[in-house]
Amino acid sequence: MESKTLTCINCPMGCQVTITYEMKDGRINEETMTVTGNTCLRGKTYAISEVTNPVRTVTGTVGLSNRELRVVPVKTKTPVPKDKVPDVAKALADVKVEAPVHIGDVVIKNVCGTGSDIVITDNIE
Amino acid sequence: MKRKAVIIGGGPAGLAAAVSLKDNGIEDVLILERGSSLGGILTQCIHNGFGLHTFKEELTGPEYAARFIEMAKERNVEALLNTMVVDISHDKVITCMSKDKGIFTIEAESVILAMGCRERPRGALNTPGYRPAGIYSAGTAQRFVNIEGKMPGKEVVILGSGDIGLIMARRMTLEGAKVKAVAEIMPYSGGLKRNIVQCLDDFGIPLKLSTTVVDIKGKDRVESVTLAKVDDKMTPIPGTEEVIPCDTLLLSCGLLPENELSDKMGVKLSPVTGGPIVDESLNTNIPGVFACGNVLHVHDLVDYVSEEATLAGKFAAEYIKEGERPINGPEFKIETGKGVRYTVPVTVHPDRAPELTTVRFRVGNVYKDPEICVYMGDKCVLRRKKQICAPGEMEQVIIKKADLKNLKDGEKIVVCLENVL
Ligand SMILES: Cc1cc2nc3c(=O)[nH]c(=O)nc-3n(C[C@H](O)[C@H](O)[C@H](O)COP(=O)(O)OP(=O)(O)OC[C@H]3O[C@@H](n4cnc5c(N)ncnc54)[C@H](O)[C@@H]3O)c2cc1C
Ligand code: SF4
Repeated sequence: MESKTLTCINCPMGCQVTITYEMKDGRINEETMTVTGNTCLRGKTYAISEVTNPVRTVTGTVGLSNRELRVVPVKTKTPVPKDKVPDVAKALADVKVEAPVHIGDVVIKNVCGTGSDIVITDNIE
Repeated sequence: MKRKAVIIGGGPAGLAAAVSLKDNGIEDVLILERGSSLGGILTQCIHNGFGLHTFKEELTGPEYAARFIEMAKERNVEALLNTMVVDISHDKVITCMSKDKGIFTIEAESVILAMGCRERPRGALNTPGYRPAGIYSAGTAQRFVNIEGKMPGKEVVILGSGDIGLIMARRMTLEGAKVKAVAEIMPYSGGLKRNIVQCLDDFGIPLKLSTTVVDIKGKDRVESVTLAKVDDKMTPIPGTEEVIPCDTLLLSCGLLPENELSDKMGVKLSPVTGGPIVDESLNTNIPGVFACGNVLHVHDLVDYVSEEATLAGKFAAEYIKEGERPINGPEFKIETGKGVRYTVPVTVHPDRAPELTTVRFRVGNVYKDPEICVYMGDKCVLRRKKQICAPGEMEQVIIKKADLKNLKDGEKIVVCLENVL
C-alpha cells in the first residue's frame, strides 16, 4: 500500500486529502483504497487522478487584433495533463482574435492534442 | 437626486448586494463604479478557482463576475460607470465625479459600502539606494500582464507570499519568465495552500520563508536583489545574504480595505482589519450604512464575498422597508480570545439576529489540531476540531439565535482557539 497526502486544488478550501492505495494492472485498486480529509466528493476524485493522471486547467490570454493595450483571457475548457501545461501555454503566445468576443467562444480546438479546447473567459464588445 | 439604495463599488460585493436588494423587493438600486466596467478586481484575476461553492463549478475571475453582471442586468440594476465617489456625508449625501456629468450629489436612504481593497504600500521595503525601474506591486503586474498583455520583466523575484504574488509567479512562468524565488518574511505563507501547491511546487519555484530583501542593485533598472534570513524579531541575520540576479521585483505584501470614504463619513473602523465595525446585520455604527466584501475585511474566497454581500443587501432592504429600526434589546460584543485576531461582526443584537449568524474570523498564527470554541457567558456553545488553522485562511463559526437569547446582561461572547500552546 502506498500513501500520499495532497492538497486538493479544486476549490480554495484546499483540503488536505490523504489517499492510501495499491496499484493493480496499472490502475488503482478501488476496493482497498481509502481517502480521508476531503470535504466533498471532488477531493476524492482529485486524489485518485493525482496519483494516476494529474491534470491542470491552464489559463492565459490571447491578443486582440483590433484593440490596443487589451488582451482577452482564455482557459482550457477541461483540464489537460500536467506535463502538457508548458506546451499549452506556449501555444497561446502568438494567437490573436478579433473583438467582439464572448465567454465560451472557441479559440483553438484540441490544443496540443490534449482533446481540450481553448475558450474565451470574458466578454469584450 | 434622491435614491433608495446606493452601492459604492461594482465588484462582486456590490453586484451581489444589488441583486439581493432587488430580490428583497427594493426597486430603486444604483451602483456607482469608478472603473469602466463592472466586476472589480475579478476582471484581472484570470486564473480559475472561483465559485465552486456558489455555482458548483470552477470558474475564472471574469467568468464569475460575468454571472453576477448578468443577474444584475436581468433585474434592471442601474449602474453608473466611470463614476468616482469622492465624499459621503454622515447623513448619506454622496458626492460623485464623472467625465460626462461632472460633480453631482445623490441623497441615499441606505448606503452599501463595497469599495474593495487595495495593495499595501511598499513601506515594507526598507532598502537603501536607488529606486530603479522594475519594481512593481504584484497587483499592478497582474493588470499589465492579464489586461494589457505586457510583461514587466524576464527574471523575477517576488517579495511576499500573498495570493497575488503566488498567482503571478505561475502566470509569469507560463508567459516565459524565470521566477527565481518567492521570499516571505514570516515563517509561514499568507497565501492559500492550494496556491502554494499549484503556483510554486508545480513549477519548482522555491518559497523562502523567514527571508526578506535587504538590498536592490541597479541604477536605471533592477540588476539584482539581495535576500537574507531574518531572526524571530524580523532582523536580517548577517552572513545569510544571497544575491539573486534579476530585472524585476514584485511586491506582494497583502491587501488593505479601502476606507478613506468610510472614515471621513464617520464610520468607525477596526484597527485590526482596517474595515468598518459592523453588527450582525452588517450595519456600521451609522444606521442604514452597511458594508460587505473586501472593504469590510479582506476575503480570500469570492464565494464568501458574494454570500456576505447578499446578506448586506437583505438587511439594507429591511432597513429601507421599515425605516430606521430602533435598537430594541441589548447589544453584545463578540470578543476575540486566544489565537483569534478579529471577528466580523463585532457586535450582535439577539432580538434582531437571524436564526443563524455566520461569524468569520482570522487566526494570528499557524495552529495544528486546534479546537475552535465559542463561549456565551461561561457556557461553551460550540466546539469544533480542525486539522489546521492558518492566518491565510479565513475561518467561520455559526451561532444560533437561541443561544444568543440566553445571554444575560453584561455577559460576553468569546471566539477562541483551545488545545493550542
Ligand atoms: C489577485 C487576487 C486573487 C484572488 N484569487 C481568488 C481565487 O482564486 N478564488 C476566490 O474565490 N477569490 C479570490 N480572490 C478574492 C476575490 O477576488 C475578492 O475577495 C473579491 O474580488 C472582493 O470583491 P469586492 O467587491 O469586495 O472588491 P473589488 O473586487 O475590489 O471591487 C471593488 C470595486 O469598487 C470600486 N470602487 C472603489 N472605490 C470606489 C469609489 N470611491 N467610487 C466608485 N467605485 C469605487 C472599484 O473600482 C472596484 O470595482 C482573489 C483576489 C485577488 C486580489
Ligand atoms: S475536497 Fe471539495 S471542498 Fe475540499 S478542496 Fe476539494 S473541492 Fe474543495
